[in-house]
Amino acid sequence: MSALLRVQDLAVARGGRPVLEGVSFALAPGQALILRGPNGVGKTTLLRTLAGLQPALAGRVAYPEDAGAYASHADGVKATLTVMENLAFWADVHGRAVPEDVLDAFDLAGLRERMAGTLSAGQKRRLGLARLAVIGRPVLFLDEPTVSLDGFSVRLFTAFLRDRHLAAGGVAVIATHIDIGLDAASLDLAAFRARPGGAQGSDEAFL
Amino acid sequence: MIALLRRDLRLAVRAGGGFGLGLAFFLIVIVLVPFGVGPEGAVLARIAPGMLWVAALLAALLSLDRIFALDQEDGSLPLLATSPLPLEAVALAKGVAHWLTTGLPLTLAAPGLGVLLNLAPGAYGWLVLSLALGTPALSMIGTFGAALTVGIRRGGLLMSLLVLPLYVPVLIFSAEVVRRGAEGMAVATPLAMLGGVTAGCLAALPFATAAALRINLR
Repeated sequence: MSALLRVQDLAVARGGRPVLEGVSFALAPGQALILRGPNGVGKTTLLRTLAGLQPALAGRVAYPEDAGAYASHADGVKATLTVMENLAFWADVHGRAVPEDVLDAFDLAGLRERMAGTLSAGQKRRLGLARLAVIGRPVLFLDEPTVSLDGFSVRLFTAFLRDRHLAAGGVAVIATHIDIGLDAASLDLAAFRARPGGAQGSDEAFL
Repeated sequence: MIALLRRDLRLAVRAGGGFGLGLAFFLIVIVLVPFGVGPEGAVLARIAPGMLWVAALLAALLSLDRIFALDQEDGSLPLLATSPLPLEAVALAKGVAHWLTTGLPLTLAAPGLGVLLNLAPGAYGWLVLSLALGTPALSMIGTFGAALTVGIRRGGLLMSLLVLPLYVPVLIFSAEVVRRGAEGMAVATPLAMLGGVTAGCLAALPFATAAALRINLR
């Protein structure tokens, strides 16, 4: 099967300083990849680069246009909108409707009309993750998706990833420190640390 | 784009959204002017066009730093950047939302406040017209300034310093429209210049704003 997401010899920089180099992998539809590595190794930087939020120093990232979605520590949840309004906004921006069962899938049905500002950290996190089900993008870049989730919610999220997202032919790259119970390959980024004195400065290329 | 516009308008009227803040500021500044310069009708009438426009400009400045800062804080901005909506459309939607919540109310309230400053009877129509034509430029320039300073903590003051000089052409031409209107002179030239500035801002600044956002998101 041909790969949906292909990364070749990618080098990424944070604040102009190279942090990772030579990262290569390919994911066929239905596959997920877990990124591992100590704090500061460049997991977030790699995910932001993959999502197109910052330019790569070198290498290639290939996936179909408008197929990628990014989810970070911040959920993009508006405190003065209700749970449903938050989801409906993202659905609207992506030109879709909110699927009927998405609130149940993330255990948010009872919170439908609650203001997002009154949700607990874990509930807000679930709402942020429910956005991924609403926008229905096939290539997900997830940065610590399980922060502040309890064990039950982690299982809900894993079930969403496995049974809805990956089963439908999507792929996911997930940076996480815990075992989310997903049957997926993992990649230790510590092996790709950029050599000091290697590729220098990113600014020249863009000025 | 409509979705983003609708969300921003809804956020503006909800608690803490800041809708009406600019309007209240405009009202208070105009009420303060006669206390400062004295109640002489002739003096007030002479400075009214300029005062009304300076006050409107500062009122529009007041809510600028929320345009992108709030979306940056809660992480919506990178999510919008990876959505199918181009950042240029995001910039335009943000500018339009700012105008609808600030510029439009200012335009509608200005005639009432003109009375407080003893504005010449012939100038009311021109005051409304100049605000209707000029405030969209204020919103678009402000959106650009907000995009430039989006990554900076408490960048509001820096943004004011960046944005206020850019407001000068709008201020000159629009205050001139009102002044000439008050004195019964022809207003076509400043009006055309004002229209030109606004049209240029609407056409060019969404692209500049999007470019600034891309750099700041990096």
